Parts: sequence; structure tokens; C-alpha cells
Amino acid sequence: MSRLPRSLSILLSAVIVLLAAYPFFGDVLFPNKHAFLMQKLTGIMIMAVMAMSLDLLVGVAGLVSMGHAAFFGLGGYMLAMLSPEYSAANLWVVLPAALVVVAIASAMVGYLSIRTSGIYFIMVTLAFGQMGFYFFNDSKVAGGSDGAYIMFKPAVEILGVSLLNLGDKRTLYYVGLGALVGVYLLLRLLLASPFGRVVSAIGVNENRVRGLGFDPVAYKLLAFTIGGTIAGLAGFLAAIQYGFVNPATLSWHHSGEALVMVILGGMGTLFGPAIGAFVFELAKMGFESVTEHWLLPMGMMIIGIVLLLPKGVGGLLLQLFSGRSKMEGGQ
Amino acid sequence: MNSMTSAVLDESKVVLETRQLTKSFGGLVAVNSANYRFIERQAHAIIGPNGAGKSTFVNLLTGHFPPSSGEILFKGQRITGFPAHKVSRLGVGRSYQKTNVFPVFTCFENCRLAAQAQLPTSMRFLRPAAMYKEVNERADWALELCGLTSRRDRIAGSMSYGEQRQLEIGMVLATGPEILVLDEPLAGMGKEESERMVGLLKDLARRFTLILIEHDMDAVFSIAEVLTVMVNGTVLESGSVEAIRASKAVQDAYLGDGAEAY
Repeated sequence: MSRLPRSLSILLSAVIVLLAAYPFFGDVLFPNKHAFLMQKLTGIMIMAVMAMSLDLLVGVAGLVSMGHAAFFGLGGYMLAMLSPEYSAANLWVVLPAALVVVAIASAMVGYLSIRTSGIYFIMVTLAFGQMGFYFFNDSKVAGGSDGAYIMFKPAVEILGVSLLNLGDKRTLYYVGLGALVGVYLLLRLLLASPFGRVVSAIGVNENRVRGLGFDPVAYKLLAFTIGGTIAGLAGFLAAIQYGFVNPATLSWHHSGEALVMVILGGMGTLFGPAIGAFVFELAKMGFESVTEHWLLPMGMMIIGIVLLLPKGVGGLLLQLFSGRSKMEGGQ
Repeated sequence: MNSMTSAVLDESKVVLETRQLTKSFGGLVAVNSANYRFIERQAHAIIGPNGAGKSTFVNLLTGHFPPSSGEILFKGQRITGFPAHKVSRLGVGRSYQKTNVFPVFTCFENCRLAAQAQLPTSMRFLRPAAMYKEVNERADWALELCGLTSRRDRIAGSMSYGEQRQLEIGMVLATGPEILVLDEPLAGMGKEESERMVGLLKDLARRFTLILIEHDMDAVFSIAEVLTVMVNGTVLESGSVEAIRASKAVQDAYLGDGAEAY
């Protein structure tokens, strides 16, 4: 995956502009559901960050992790644990602290699992993810299986002047959008770098990368740590949004959902898994409103997409737009 | 009982050496006490029937397998047991018997990745690889040397088999090796492709120390200066092309024995 076809870049940018404008026209379009939809979209954009971080592992480096939600959940739990009970935490303290803890945790899990591959890697990451789940579920660290509340949203201040009010739904919406765009651009930059080229190559043919003089273990470990830390950021933002964390955020169900988003969206395309998050969550919302047995149509939709679009929605878009740009004489 | 590999015994010109190098898989001894000396800038071919242990020997030399016993020395430095990426960094580049390029990358991207091995580390995160001037230049140099400049922006997987074999060698060149270990570069090639590849190999033989594993006798005789015949994991005979051609033992064991000869 090098550069996107220009027409596709334009389309994706247009979608971002549309998302950015949504808070201004949403109440005209959906008078009764506007506030709900804005929250929903905030949550989806945060999940899109999570899906992209997993794509770095699954789609790019070829590391199929089934424990990725553990880092998401840990990011949220760090906020809950670091926040004072009766006042707001300082974001400039809790965010870096949370990310450092998640980075250390992902580096440790990565170190212990990266030497395995294939099905063994899936099993080992699954096991670590479930360890994280049971750690918070069975201990009294942060409310056990009941979870924990974050009573006050972190304060974003510089020299006592409040920059953002994270309690404001619209502000948080833009924070989510900013995270989505920022993480996407950061990962694109990373993938174009010498490091990113080696990691991409490892996903294609690890042995050859070793033969060329790179130690795949070091590169995979760092990619795993970066992916885990970004998932931690997503979990941190989700915890701000919901004001609540519980062990389910770490569970393998949640890891599995993120994996489904990556597969629906198109592994290794980066923008695809972000789209996958929207497809998954919006479809879930739609099916839920129709039937309580929403998992049944959801499963059928997933099977349908996987069968019809083996490279996901992102793969389809790439195919459509690279064809057109060729006619336009572009690369 | 292993013979010296070359008449030239100038110690300072020995770039790669194996001493009693042995590899066994369970009960099978694939390489048995192999003593080799590879001389700087010499084209050295290793021939032998299928199963003689040639590919295992290459895997030992390049760190893809750890040896069961024995030593490997690179310029006098002991590199036994070094992992493959470290051996490659030292300057021992290898190509593979089975085409082993990155099919989703362009020709240039394949070579640029290989050329990144020239950076002290590729743990560099924010500046795009496309902006590393020396890396890009080296990649283009390798493409030119292996004759693929006109295919620069083609997706590797969409090229002909012969071109992919050329790219395979281009990638090794881009890593900046001193020694090229080429495992059957002519395998599976058509006549025309073979001729082009032989031309390339002759060119490379003038610039690098070449260790060539090959089945194609005509090609071997036209490229190599020193030949080693391997049979059942041991060195049967080693010497100049003429000496090997004339050797009775070699003819019996290999060249004359219809089934394996080409």
C-alpha cells in the first residue's frame, strides 16, 4: 500500500468534511435523534481509531491479535484509576500516564508473544487479553465486575485557562474526529518511513526480511507496542465519553469486534478498517432497532461482505478508484 | 579427507571459510565436515546432485540454519551461529532458490527495502523512506545492475518469472554485499532468460566474491573459476574448472551418471 489514488483521497476527505459539518446540520436532518446520533458517531470514530491500530498489527505486520481490546480497556481503566473521586483530573497528566502504562503493557505482552506465529500467536494474545479481563473482573482494583465511574471529565487547561470542555458533547465529537484523522495521518506517515516499509514487508514475507538484514522480532515488537498504545488512546477517549469503564471493554468479544471491523473494512488498507468501524456500528444500530435478535442479520451481513468482497470495503474502493485514475492518466 | 579448495593460499584473501562444518537433521547428515575457503573476488561454484547438501550448506553459510558443529569465519572473524540478519549485515548477501521477492511491492520498492539495510538502522519513523536520497540511489543502482531499470515501477508480482529472478538478485545487490551467495539463480528459467542471467552473473563475478549453487553445467563452466563437487554432504573434489572436468571421480559420481546430469 503506497499512495492512495487521488480520487479516493478526495472522496475520503469529503467524508471527513461531512463528518466535521455534521454537528451543524444534524438537527435539521434528524430533529429527534440528533444528540443521540452525535454521541453514536463519537463512539464510532473512537472505535475507528481502535480498528486502525489493530490493522497495523493484523493487516500490515501480519500479527493476528485476539487480545487487542485489553489495551483499549487498560487505557480506559487508567483514566478511571488516575482520576480523583471528587474533582477533575488534569488531562496533561492522566493522558501521558495512561499511554505510558499501556505502552509498557503492550511491550511486555508483545515481548512474550511475538516469537510465536500463526495460530499460536492468536492463542497467546487471546490468553493475555483474558488475563487482563479477569484481572479487572475479579480484583477490587477498580470496582471489580461492576466497573468504575469517572465522575468528572478530565480538565484541559493551560495556565488555568480551560481550552476544551470535554463534558460538552459537541466538543467531544470533534475530539473523536481529531483522533480519527490524526491517528490515520500518523499511521500513514509511519508506514511510509523506513520502519513502516520493513513492517509492511514482514507482513508479506518475514523470512526474506530477515535475509535482507533486518531482525523481524524487533520491528514486530515495536509495531505491536505502537498498535497497543493507540488502542489505549481509543480506550481512554471512550472512557471519557461514557464516564464509565467495565471489564467487558477488555474482553475477547471486544477484540473480536475490532477484528471484524478490520476484515470488513479491508486488511492493510488503514482507511478501510476505519470504514469498517462505521459499517459495523451503524449496521448494529440499525439491526438493533428492528429486532432484539440483531446478531443474526449482523452475522449474515458479515458473511455476505466477506464472501462478496474478500478484500473488504477498502479493497473494493481501491479497485474502483485505481481503475478510474488510470484512465485519467494518474498513477 | 577434505581437500583444500583452492590453489591460491594467500590467507589474507580468504573472505569466507568453513571448518569442519556439519549439519544433521535427526539421523541424516546433510553437510558433513565441510572445509571451504572462498577467495576474494573469485567466482566459486558448488555443484552436485540433488540432495547433496548444497542448499543446506547455503543456509548454514548465511545463518538461516545454525550448524550442528564446526565453524564459519568471515574475514577471520568467527560468525558461527549468527542469525541471518546479522550475517547479511556483515556483507554476505544471498538469493533464494525459490523466487522470494515481495510481490505486492514495485520493483523499486523491493530494492529500496533491501537498500535500507545500508542505514545503520531502519528504526526511523517520521521521514518517508522516499526521502532518503542514498537509499533511493542505491536501489536504482541495483535495478540498473540487474537490468530492471525499465521495470522500475512495475508491481513485482506482475512481472515474468525471469524478471522476478533478476529482481531477486537486484535485491541482494541493494543490501550492499561483499559476497553474493546465489542459490540456483537459473532454476526454472527458459533458454533466453537463462542467457540473460548468465550474462548478469558473469558481470557480477567481476565485481563480487561469488558463491554459486547451480545445476546448469554449461552456465557453471562459463562463469566459475573454482568448482567444488558435493556428494552426500561431503566435498568430493575441488579445483579449477579444467581439473574438475578432467576428474575421473567427478565424472563417475556426477557428470557421467545419466540421471542427474544436465
